[in-house]
Amino acid sequence: MTARIRTLLWVVTFSVIVGLSVPWFLWGDPRTAAGLPIWLWWHIGWMGLASVVFYLFTRTDWDRYMGVTDG
Amino acid sequence: MAELSLQLGIVVGYLVLALGIGLVAYRVTENVAEDYYLANRSIGTLVLLFTTFATLLSAFTFFGGPNLAYARGPEWILVMGVMDGVLFAILWYLIGYKQWLIGQQEGYVTLSEMLGDRFGSTRLRGLVAGISLFWLFPYVMLQQMGAGEALTGLTGGAIPYWAGAALITAFMILYVVIAGMRGVAWTDTIQGLFMLSVVWIALGWVLSAVGGPSGATAALESSNPEFLALGSDFYTPAYIISTAVVIAFGVTMFPQINQRFFVAGSDRVLKRSFVLWPALVLLLFVPTFLLGTWAAGLGIEVPEGANVLPVLLSEYTPAWFAALVIAGALAAMMSSSDSMLLSGSSYFIRDLYRPFVDPTLSESREAWLARGGVAAFATATFVASLSRPGTLIEVGNTAFGGFAQLTLPVMVALYWQGTTRNGILAGIVGSQLLYLSHVFVPAVPVDLAGTTVSLFARTYGGWDVALAAMALGALLTVGVSLLTTPAGDEDDSRFVVGAD
Repeated sequence: MTARIRTLLWVVTFSVIVGLSVPWFLWGDPRTAAGLPIWLWWHIGWMGLASVVFYLFTRTDWDRYMGVTDG
Repeated sequence: MAELSLQLGIVVGYLVLALGIGLVAYRVTENVAEDYYLANRSIGTLVLLFTTFATLLSAFTFFGGPNLAYARGPEWILVMGVMDGVLFAILWYLIGYKQWLIGQQEGYVTLSEMLGDRFGSTRLRGLVAGISLFWLFPYVMLQQMGAGEALTGLTGGAIPYWAGAALITAFMILYVVIAGMRGVAWTDTIQGLFMLSVVWIALGWVLSAVGGPSGATAALESSNPEFLALGSDFYTPAYIISTAVVIAFGVTMFPQINQRFFVAGSDRVLKRSFVLWPALVLLLFVPTFLLGTWAAGLGIEVPEGANVLPVLLSEYTPAWFAALVIAGALAAMMSSSDSMLLSGSSYFIRDLYRPFVDPTLSESREAWLARGGVAAFATATFVASLSRPGTLIEVGNTAFGGFAQLTLPVMVALYWQGTTRNGILAGIVGSQLLYLSHVFVPAVPVDLAGTTVSLFARTYGGWDVALAAMALGALLTVGVSLLTTPAGDEDDSRFVVGAD
């Protein structure tokens, strides 16, 4: 059961990472900060977050879903 | 004139460097097909990351993309981020890692070989190779056309278009024939690092002249304020999602990318590349597309048929640096074309010639034939590029959608043991036919309940038809698999890994 919840959590996490790579909630927003649109700052930060999440995935469950036991 | 020879010197010097790397790689390459195509599955993180990255980059990075940002605003950065940074990384794991594991176990060199063996079908093997070559050929042709145009533009017409394309083609044949995958991967790494450095230096140079990002953006705010707001009539959510999904899925089935799934030296290499992917995509595309966008605010006028980035750089940087950037753009085109030639040749020799013409072909003879295949493929695309046939250009421009049709049937087969030969054949053929009909049949307006709908148009309500074809491919693969039973020579244990 916990394995299923874990899988579900990964699916949700990856879906959120994909879904919010584009800040839909800033649609039409023209504000800028430090010379760049704030929607671009969001995207830059979000890609950084994606890298961190990807790293955590490689450290934990990367092999679990491929049926590899490590050898 | 001095400027012209300086520019040519930089470009030629660059080509010679690539050739030198090819020669070094040749000295360590054994004459067997697996080493020629896959560098004996021994590639490390930096080289795998950059060879895949450089292979993904094309003329679009330096020319098409900044042009689009100049005309429409910088939102393509988001498309790139979702597509290459995130979706492709996830597919890298789901398809790439799985294929790598299977390849380690069974020794496959191409996608078609892997599928043909799993489903006991030479016909499937030939079909996948044939479809791949159909979409690949015109795409290589487009890169050669881009290279020819770039050299003509750089030299103000002193080098005619055909000579520019011929020069690039000859160099590519030479070093791909000599070096194989190892040399291609090494030159890709140099090219990738070179492109990244050149882009950031260019950004620094331009920004220091215009008062930093704030200055450049302030200028943009007065000339094109609409560029700063997220979204527009052009960048609709449907456009952003369609483009990102179709290209990300298409990229995984491009022969030169798919074949890289087999070359990693260890799973650590695949993991590290997966983690670094989003960061690398940001590092390259944010500066290139921002330069294109800011050019609009800086009052840069782009002559008809020219590209914004070279025009911007010639305004703000010395001629030798602009030539370096053109060399970078050529690097982008060559690094994808050389890999396409190598993979295209391996698909042709291994999955069409060997099974259908000469089944007794030995591994070392195959490595020699593959070199002949590279030369023949490059020469054919070069000859085709001279007359610029409209139909081929259309196929090249829709290649991502065409390759994307293979992805879902392959994923179903990789993860579901119930997939049958008839199922995957139906999925591949059905999705290709639906997509091809929309590429080739002219749009027909049809009146449906009072509203006019264009049948056979490339998009429906702003959504790319490739998405519908992809869904059809997945449905057919699953549906027909459920309705049919596996033939005797299908072996569903081939895609089970780590069970020994």
